[in-house]
Amino acid sequence: MNVFDVIGPVMIGPSSSHTAGAVRLGRVAWKALDDEPVRAEIELSGSFATTYLGHGTDKALIAGCMGMNPYDDDIRRSLEIATERGLEYSFTKVKLPDAHPNTALIRLYGKSGKMAVVEGASVGGGNILVQKLDGLSVSFTGQNDTYIVRHYDRPGVIAAVTNFMMYCGMNINNFRLSREKKGGEALMMIEVDGEATEDLLQQLNVIPNVISAMLLKAI
Amino acid sequence: MNFESIKELVLEAEKNKCSIGRVVLASQAQELEESEDTLMERMGERLDVMLRSAEKGMDSGLRSTSGLTGGDAHKLFEKSEKAVMGSFMAKATGRAIAVAEYNAAMGKIVAAPTAGSCGIMPGCLISLMEDKKIAREEIILSMFAAAGFGIVISTKACVAGAQGGCQAECGSAAAMTAAAMVEAMGGTPAQAADACAIALKNQLGLVCDPVAGLVEIPCIKRNAGGVAIAASAADMALAGIVSKIPADEVITAMKEVGDSMPAALRETAQGGLAATPTGIRLKEQVFGKE
Repeated sequence: MNVFDVIGPVMIGPSSSHTAGAVRLGRVAWKALDDEPVRAEIELSGSFATTYLGHGTDKALIAGCMGMNPYDDDIRRSLEIATERGLEYSFTKVKLPDAHPNTALIRLYGKSGKMAVVEGASVGGGNILVQKLDGLSVSFTGQNDTYIVRHYDRPGVIAAVTNFMMYCGMNINNFRLSREKKGGEALMMIEVDGEATEDLLQQLNVIPNVISAMLLKAI
Repeated sequence: MNFESIKELVLEAEKNKCSIGRVVLASQAQELEESEDTLMERMGERLDVMLRSAEKGMDSGLRSTSGLTGGDAHKLFEKSEKAVMGSFMAKATGRAIAVAEYNAAMGKIVAAPTAGSCGIMPGCLISLMEDKKIAREEIILSMFAAAGFGIVISTKACVAGAQGGCQAECGSAAAMTAAAMVEAMGGTPAQAADACAIALKNQLGLVCDPVAGLVEIPCIKRNAGGVAIAASAADMALAGIVSKIPADEVITAMKEVGDSMPAALRETAQGGLAATPTGIRLKEQVFGKE
């Protein structure tokens, strides 16, 4: 935690958890999709489901799905902007079992047929905890720059990825691996200190058995 | 520096013969691997957002997304010269309401430490700048002091209404702001700690009971109340009045009080003002009947 977490974030109101955090959850889906979004199906659970209209949580989530940041003035009219850009959206109230009170599940579809599924919670102060990415368990907060590397579960892939990070002088402060089954698709979640570079992505993407690498910048 | 206690902040400042704001700035420059100038600039940008939100919130036609609140700040501001509490306090309070109303209208604000309590710090600090002619740089430094107190409070207790009630949100905001005001007015590190303690003590037990679960009623007026508590705490400390209970112990007490608060009074909109007949009627007005 630093001074700008306490005096900050700079955000569009009214609620750090129901507005700022919601933008960031949407933004994770937008980043994960890496395509022009055309449809967003959003499920809201707990307090998100009961109070989303008064907090502008719907506007916030859609703003995030279009890549906006929590401080973007356009959040107020994000639903109109979505319609202008041809992004369809729907909100459904659900009860996700054992979920944090402010949980959203976002299915975001892209123009070229891509799809991203993000499940996460807004845990207070604009902070989020992403719990699932495309069905795989993850756990990251977005407080640090985070690399998400999808890959096949083969020996040496982690070493290759972290080697490149070492050459870039990057320090890992949190690492988590999740895989659906032995030898199947797996996902590395790597949080780093300081500012992470986009340049590294090109190098990571050519490593054998890496499916895709993306960078989620801290907000 | 680990920001584990207020005592640590005070001792470090006394050792270096500087303000707590300077101590926090130096420590954060090291931690974030940035120069002090860069951090001053970043905090200055936050002060600019605060200034803008205080100005925007004065619009008499402003309304929140729910339609429940808005347009009250300018009423008080206009009457500030005749205010019972004096014009400085009336303006500071008016600005706090303005920022909080602007927040409810989906305006751009700085969470300080939360969106629900975003009016207290700008209300007080902008008024200090204007009325007491405190230089911008001093105000920005005082924000680092406030942030240092805020980190300790977050670490030892919490700043979320859902966890600790309104005492954790508006209480922390007032405590942080009281300390900042002392530093901006040239008080000692120990006085800043006393101001923090006194402000927090005066809000111990305050519950979080937002009508319809929205950050509006009573949150906006509690920002106004927070200004009064922060300013009086700062003046007491500057006058040499010492908090009999040290700040660190007050913070621990705040956590214990928060832990023993029933869930109905921690942002769930199940108790307190939210559960009054009018509170329920307003909820139905916004969201319809269940």
